[in-house]
Amino acid sequence: MSDNLPDDLQYTKSHEWVRTLPNGEVEIGITDHAQEALGDLVFVDVPEVGRRVAAGEACAVVESVKAASDIYSPVAGVVTASNAALAGAPELLNQAPYGEGWLLRIAVDGNRPAAALLDAGGYAAYLAEQAS
Amino acid sequence: MGLRTPLYDTHLAEGAKLVDFGGWDMPLHYGSQLDEHHAVRRRVGVFDVSHMGVVDLSGPRAREFLRSLLANDVAKLAVPGRGLYSCMLRDDGGVLDDLIVYRRGESAYRLIVNAGTRDKDLAWIGPRAATFDVTVAERRDLALLAVQGTEARDRVAALLPAPEREVLLGLAPFGAADVGDWFVARTGYTGEDGVEIAVPAAEVQPLWASLRAAGVEPAGLGARDTLRLEAGMSLYGNELDEAHDPIVSGLAWTVAFDPVERRFIGRDAVERSREAPPSQLVGLLLEERGILRSHQVVSTDRGPGETTSGGFAPTLGRSIALARVPAGAAMGVSVDIRGKPVAARIVKTPFVRHGRALIPL
Repeated sequence: MSDNLPDDLQYTKSHEWVRTLPNGEVEIGITDHAQEALGDLVFVDVPEVGRRVAAGEACAVVESVKAASDIYSPVAGVVTASNAALAGAPELLNQAPYGEGWLLRIAVDGNRPAAALLDAGGYAAYLAEQAS
Repeated sequence: MGLRTPLYDTHLAEGAKLVDFGGWDMPLHYGSQLDEHHAVRRRVGVFDVSHMGVVDLSGPRAREFLRSLLANDVAKLAVPGRGLYSCMLRDDGGVLDDLIVYRRGESAYRLIVNAGTRDKDLAWIGPRAATFDVTVAERRDLALLAVQGTEARDRVAALLPAPEREVLLGLAPFGAADVGDWFVARTGYTGEDGVEIAVPAAEVQPLWASLRAAGVEPAGLGARDTLRLEAGMSLYGNELDEAHDPIVSGLAWTVAFDPVERRFIGRDAVERSREAPPSQLVGLLLEERGILRSHQVVSTDRGPGETTSGGFAPTLGRSIALARVPAGAAMGVSVDIRGKPVAARIVKTPFVRHGRALIPL
């Protein structure tokens, strides 16, 4: 199992990561654990810029050779960017899940992420608990 | 814990991700299913398929027995050293299993059956074989490797001494031969050239190691599934089951209706189905973005159907499926993908054969 969990990110129990950008927006992707569990990614559907999403709403879809997975927005807000490169290169999610494989950016309502996000240690503990 | 093949520890050492398949702990992939798929399409790969059942049948009436047991006709195996793909049917025409039968001697045959059906198959075959005084021996002492890809036969041949090498390289498609301790057949489940090799369990690890040393990449069940789907080949449990006969499952070509006097099990039901098949198994190519999966609803001009297998086709860079649709459905269909109708087109299978796309993209 992979334990690649950058300290500067926050995590969800549905295996998304959340990066707070200098301008206050958040960037969202899937964790290394998620890409490893899914296997080779072959299709990504990201939302259009300007779409409003609720916290917990399915806002993107990633599909691997094995299965389709919804990506849930951990925050409420408006999509400000989505990663167009993924349409032609879904393997970026496998190769660089915390970098070039980012999915979307959201301008968060009220400018702060929702509660219930985990830090790296909390997510690692959650993964360990799920594995046992 | 599931059943393990003799290569279980080897798979772990190779970094395999294991999954349950028909009660067996089998390698899904060894890092990248896509890379393994491409390795087989472009060069060569090796699969451990030791979970499949090897069943030897012998006795003076073995031929007569198999001509009643199987929908294809083993009389086509005029001489030893040939294999034949066939369904084994219930009386009502439902498919119990799909298998390959090889003729190994004057009255000696070998069946290779699916892992998930082997117990059911043996229970079906046993009492029927007894009435023909045919001996049934399950060969759990053997392991099976499938070496597939354009380079497969050369890589395997290079491991053999000269006379045996000639035997292997001389095999025609569906030809089979005993080569030393090995039973080698020029068959496979990928749409590529290649061989399947049955070896004594104790010899399979050294053989695997020799193939790996010769540059043959390991490939898991994930790649095996996308390769067979691109090749338009049926998977038992998806395209084939006891609720459907071979006619409606795209396998009419495997049913030998001639000679008319051969009374194989399921014949009457299959003949009725042939006159008016209610449905057909077809290939689908997705025309919009998305990925087809099994058990999606297909809307056609003749009513609804269902995908039986679907996925991303790495060789095509597109998503394809096999689907059961009403007979006579028009080419343009729509598939419900996660609640949204997406356009797809009925295409002739196979989608891919010998490394090349056979359908217009």
